[in-house]
Amino acid sequence: MKSSTLKYGSVALMFVALFFVPELIRQFTDQTDRSQASAEESLERYGFFMEEVSQELGVTFVHQRCDVDDPLKHIQPQIAAMGASVSVADVNNDGYQDFYVTNSAFGEPNHLYIQQSDGTFEEQASIYGVADLNQYPKGSSMGSIWADVNNDGWEDLFVYRYGKPVLFINQEGQRFETFEGPTQFPDWVNSNSAVWLDYNTDGYVDLFLTGYFKEDVDIWDLDDTRMMPDSYEFATNGGKNYLFRNDGGRGFTDVTQKMGLDNRKWTLAVTSVDINGSGFPDLILANDYGVDELFLNEKGKRFVDMGPASSMGDIPKSGMSITAADFYNQGDFALYVTNISEAGVLMQGNNLWAPTGSTTIDGIEVPTYANTATSAGVEQGEWAYSGAVTDLNNNGTLDLYIANGFYSATPNTDYWYDYTKVVGANSQVIINASNWPAMKERTFSGYQQNRLMLNDGSGRFREVSSAVGAALDKDSRAVAFLDIRNDGTMDMVVANQHAPVSVYKNQVNQDHAWIQISLEGAQANRSAIGASVTVEWTDAQGQAQRQKQSVSGGEAFSSQSSRVLHFGLGVMDSGAVDKVTIDWPGGNRDVYESVRHSQKHSLQESTSARFDN
Amino acid sequence: MLPAGLALPKSLIGPVLITTLLIGAHLSFGILDGYQKLLLAVITSIVMENLLHKYTKGSFKGISSAYVSGISAGILIRSAYFWPFALTAMISIASKYVLRYKGRHLWNPTNFGVAMMLLIAADSTAVLSIQWGNHMWAMVIIWLVGIFTLMKVGRFNITGTYLAAFVFFAWVRTYFTGDTFLTEVAPLTGPMYQLFALFMMTDPKTTVKNPWAQSAVVVVIAFVEMLLRLGEVVYAPFYALFIVGPIALVIEDWWQSRNQPISGAEAVPHT
Repeated sequence: MKSSTLKYGSVALMFVALFFVPELIRQFTDQTDRSQASAEESLERYGFFMEEVSQELGVTFVHQRCDVDDPLKHIQPQIAAMGASVSVADVNNDGYQDFYVTNSAFGEPNHLYIQQSDGTFEEQASIYGVADLNQYPKGSSMGSIWADVNNDGWEDLFVYRYGKPVLFINQEGQRFETFEGPTQFPDWVNSNSAVWLDYNTDGYVDLFLTGYFKEDVDIWDLDDTRMMPDSYEFATNGGKNYLFRNDGGRGFTDVTQKMGLDNRKWTLAVTSVDINGSGFPDLILANDYGVDELFLNEKGKRFVDMGPASSMGDIPKSGMSITAADFYNQGDFALYVTNISEAGVLMQGNNLWAPTGSTTIDGIEVPTYANTATSAGVEQGEWAYSGAVTDLNNNGTLDLYIANGFYSATPNTDYWYDYTKVVGANSQVIINASNWPAMKERTFSGYQQNRLMLNDGSGRFREVSSAVGAALDKDSRAVAFLDIRNDGTMDMVVANQHAPVSVYKNQVNQDHAWIQISLEGAQANRSAIGASVTVEWTDAQGQAQRQKQSVSGGEAFSSQSSRVLHFGLGVMDSGAVDKVTIDWPGGNRDVYESVRHSQKHSLQESTSARFDN
Repeated sequence: MLPAGLALPKSLIGPVLITTLLIGAHLSFGILDGYQKLLLAVITSIVMENLLHKYTKGSFKGISSAYVSGISAGILIRSAYFWPFALTAMISIASKYVLRYKGRHLWNPTNFGVAMMLLIAADSTAVLSIQWGNHMWAMVIIWLVGIFTLMKVGRFNITGTYLAAFVFFAWVRTYFTGDTFLTEVAPLTGPMYQLFALFMMTDPKTTVKNPWAQSAVVVVIAFVEMLLRLGEVVYAPFYALFIVGPIALVIEDWWQSRNQPISGAEAVPHT
């Protein structure tokens, strides 16, 4: 055989081998457990098992998407894409967590589920006066958050809408009444998220409210079809974001401009945490059609955009959810942001911003980040609306639940081709809703399964939703965790767009210990929003462990989980954790040593000590 | 016009143009996920080219052609992973040495590599479809610079005919899809088409020689693309070129062999 023929043959062989590389990589890297394990197998394998129990617990809510004006009818599922939300609070201070879910169609009620002592729920939104919120021209509900805005010891409710936002004051757990104090809330805002934070640490929670469509856009009475983003990745024509200062529980003043938070990105999600340990809560935003943003709080005087300096504000994607979590048990918060990925079409990937250190700019300590989503195995969501975090198997590391799916319509149809025609085009084309092709009941990233990513403790996550009974392929939006029956396990509520809500009861390996911390502020706001708790413990192998969590005023996408902080501890030899450290907004630090685990502790802020910032 | 002493050799016009566009777009809009992936594609492409050339022909090869292939792969491929960038570059370059017909390679290397990646690794790979800001001025500048350069090297007839054919077939598609003409013509205003029409279609090594034939071929490409688009194929232009390009080259070769004696084997691989 000729030498040239041999050479050609060997090159051809190598060429053919290249085509098998993707499959080989899949085989070696895909750790997804697609088995349908029994409860016993799941408990044995992963330490927990989840079961969908909505009907059994009396939860019958079905979300209905809202209608839209005629010029938008052809893309209605995109315009009315959101509104299924869930938020958790103990409404009547009976020690059991309740939850509120929003509806969006006009005339359809929101539901408030009050937990009973046996773990079932009763729907009491009408009794409490928070049911009928979806009426034109008042607006259509998009989500809600809870906090004690007047420090009277009862959780109050803020509902944001495409329309006029509304604040309800809790009347000692009996009913809600609309807040009557002076506010500068806008008459119209198209909001999909909000968060409570005490930015000036005056002891009263303030409110950050985001805008998506511009505030002059009324999707039920449209003036101009040029209301879509002017760019798919660098949009500048979104709704205004607002910061409202809580004036001692008596009113709310718009301080957006004063605090440097003027912004017209298309913000879909926001959370707040003291990311740099300054004692003041910062703001982190996930923007659709844009970059993630980090606003550092400069001692309550102003916010400074440090997204680019922190390395998390460079690459524009379709940010839809933001959660801060100590995934690596380092005492630092990583940030998880969901985006859009569709096989073969759009590969944004989700972001896991892991802390890498800090730098000082103009006297401000700026944390720096690197996107480690790929190496951690949490990069691939799909159309990922929510990335919510808790320790589902009480093994001492925080797990991740990703809610996927945009619009499930006619099976085996696809809108993606039409979508790519306009989103890759020039701003003059993309901005006009009239140019967007009609959806015609075609599926658009629909029937996607949510993912439950189990943290193995070494920085890697494994998808186990099918194996642990948590497979769900509805168009999920918001996810919240709460402990139903107060049994030391975190259960889950998933709000699905134009579909029934899904409640999961969690069954956890009883060998795994846990501890729950419920906080009440004194100098700090009474809901303790913004307080950070670090639990340190020694595991059964003698290894020192620690994990930090923060009381959240809203997180992920249109959701707020229970503010009773839940720490899984894994297998423990001793009956107590070594230390619990609480850093309160405003600067107080409380330290408790040798605290018994596997029980809930209710702790009040002691006002005697301040640490130096 | 550049002074004669500063005129670029034709072989460097492509690399210089694509590098200029890339730098401008990245500095303006940060279009790259990071330089590492682009560098990986470029380096893999150059190394692969030289290894294969050395192995099959006994000598190393210049980097110009491999550089363009690598940088095109680095811009066009979108993935969270590193390996698709390297693999696209390897498949692209290797295709030149394996898929040959009478001494010439049939596919534009990057077109082949991208099309193959969409088939074998769609779960981890996509193609550039959205970026560069979607602003008018960026689009106009890129088109003007690209067209000016193509006119200088005598290949504007390819891109110009394609643009006209695309617009015509976009109008035809409106009758089938019910969408507006602006919607159907909209993809042309995006960056993917700029790279496709300015660089990929005009590759001298994989286009037919006769200017009239070149124009005829791109009309066929645009027509096949229309059919694929009516079938809702997202990356229709890449597949259309993938299908039509090699057939055109084979037909050209057959036509030439019928009308003139073979002048001698042309064994050196093209780029």
